[in-house]
Amino acid sequence: MERIIVCLKPVPDPKQWDEVSMDPETQTLIREGIASVINPLDKHAIEAALSIQGVLGGEVVLLSMAPPSAASTLREGLAMGADRAVLLSDRMFAGSDTLATAHVLAAGCRWLGDNDLIICGNMSIDGSTAQVGSQLAELLDLPNIMHVIDLDLGEDGSMVVTRKIEHGFARLRGALPLVISVRKELNKPRYTSFTGILAAESKEIKVLSNEDLKISPEVIGIDGSPTKMAGIELRRFERAREKLDGSVDEIVESLAGRIYQYGII
Amino acid sequence: MSGDMNGIWVFAEQRGGELHEVSLELLGKARELADEAGKKVTAILLGHDIRSLSQLLLNHGADSVLVGDDPRLKTYRLIPYARVMASLVHTYDPEILLMGATYMGVELAPRVAAKVRTGLSAHCIDLRLGEKGQLLQVVPGWGGGVIATIACPDHRPQMATVMPGIMKALSAIEREDTVKEIEIDLPEKGLGPEVLEVKREKPDQLPLEKAEVVVAGGWGIGSQEDWKMIESLAELFGGSVGATRPPVDEGWAEEGQMIGQSGKTVRPKLYIGIGISGVMHHVVGMDQSEHIITINSDPDAEIFDTSDVIVVEDFRKVVPKLIDEIRARLKK
Repeated sequence: MERIIVCLKPVPDPKQWDEVSMDPETQTLIREGIASVINPLDKHAIEAALSIQGVLGGEVVLLSMAPPSAASTLREGLAMGADRAVLLSDRMFAGSDTLATAHVLAAGCRWLGDNDLIICGNMSIDGSTAQVGSQLAELLDLPNIMHVIDLDLGEDGSMVVTRKIEHGFARLRGALPLVISVRKELNKPRYTSFTGILAAESKEIKVLSNEDLKISPEVIGIDGSPTKMAGIELRRFERAREKLDGSVDEIVESLAGRIYQYGII
Repeated sequence: MSGDMNGIWVFAEQRGGELHEVSLELLGKARELADEAGKKVTAILLGHDIRSLSQLLLNHGADSVLVGDDPRLKTYRLIPYARVMASLVHTYDPEILLMGATYMGVELAPRVAAKVRTGLSAHCIDLRLGEKGQLLQVVPGWGGGVIATIACPDHRPQMATVMPGIMKALSAIEREDTVKEIEIDLPEKGLGPEVLEVKREKPDQLPLEKAEVVVAGGWGIGSQEDWKMIESLAELFGGSVGATRPPVDEGWAEEGQMIGQSGKTVRPKLYIGIGISGVMHHVVGMDQSEHIITINSDPDAEIFDTSDVIVVEDFRKVVPKLIDEIRARLKK
């Protein structure tokens, strides 16, 4: 094994999502003061890479398209045990949809050279599109498998992967190089040790801009994204909110009455 | 002929010769959009020995079916399916392509979109037509707390995946229309991972998306033993049991029972939520239910904001008596 790439997305900490508000003028989300964390499923991707590295060697490289401030999030991944990180950062990338993002990540993969395995989290917790893994694979002309819940590496360089399907699973065998997207059932991400945190301080985070990657502006950023935002709103849930009062018996009587009215019984 | 097949496409997903429900739901929506825009609906059916499914697709709203029947398409494999879909898109140049946000669709749709270099939106909860035949794709983000509308103005087809259970299938009408076989042209090599084994089990409860009554429990249920109360109540209505994330993590409920952003979307006639705090992740999966009753001992539970009828009480006191009361009424 020469190199395993883990694609990593810094996401706003889900614990603070209640603090998101919207600017009614610009129709953009105000997310100031919300910390970034590693997308939860990407930790499972890092864990998978590290455990494969433990058996077959090679280096584990974290790859991310994000603003320069994401370096601290990448540092957390390095503290888990990844060897180095590459941060793809350029104003030209801002506003990229999933296809444009895949173009940027694909350029990052090519910049790194020959890669045996590229591992992504199955979806991000903020956008939740689950589209980038398949699109990255297509742009690199590599096969890919999503929804991965188990994997075994053969000595012949093949990989046997178990993926979820409706009400069951499928097992597949693929040759490397391969792109896989993993679910949380695959493994339990390791805890970061104090020595891991110390070691991460001296690990390299290489920042590349589009001067290094030279991607056509026509396929990246807001202008290069085929999908456009046509509107955004905070979701509101409005219901009658009628509170039933009285003794438990009265409440039960009243509940059964409603259920009867609804035509259920 | 192909002039009639460049309108709205629906990928008709089948596994083992069985059509996924979402395909019929998408046809229902496609029919509605096509009638509004004066376009035709075409279903794309790939597999082997699956021609008999085309009638079902026609009866549920397709004007025509493009059938790719080939032994190499019998079991779903991403690379061959993506190649065939992309070559069909190149040949017929459809305006819109809809696919289910299933395990298959979530993997296949982005690969197809990248192959033909067009836009794709994920997990749409609504689709509308905008100006100049634009497909407006309504998607949830940030755990569902934000709703965004996406368009794909300059690229075709306009692609979207839709969660199962959101669109309504039309009732079947016997129809005769066009079924057209397509040539499958695939190389010998480079078709990606081979499938070693496929194992599917019949779910032992009615799929959540189909249940008329969903009784869902959350962290507040507290134990496997009390979880049985949730199951008994659901059983009484012939309904299904749903859950939030914690009961799944605790092992009281199965992963497939999870409702919300990373689980199922349900729109039952009646949703009863018990011991559920009501985080956004869950609420976006149930807020379209017709009637919502919630029981929680915490008067400030967020779930109450999304409820028609609220009970602030310990469910251990209420639910057993409710079960008795319903049982008594059912006997009458």
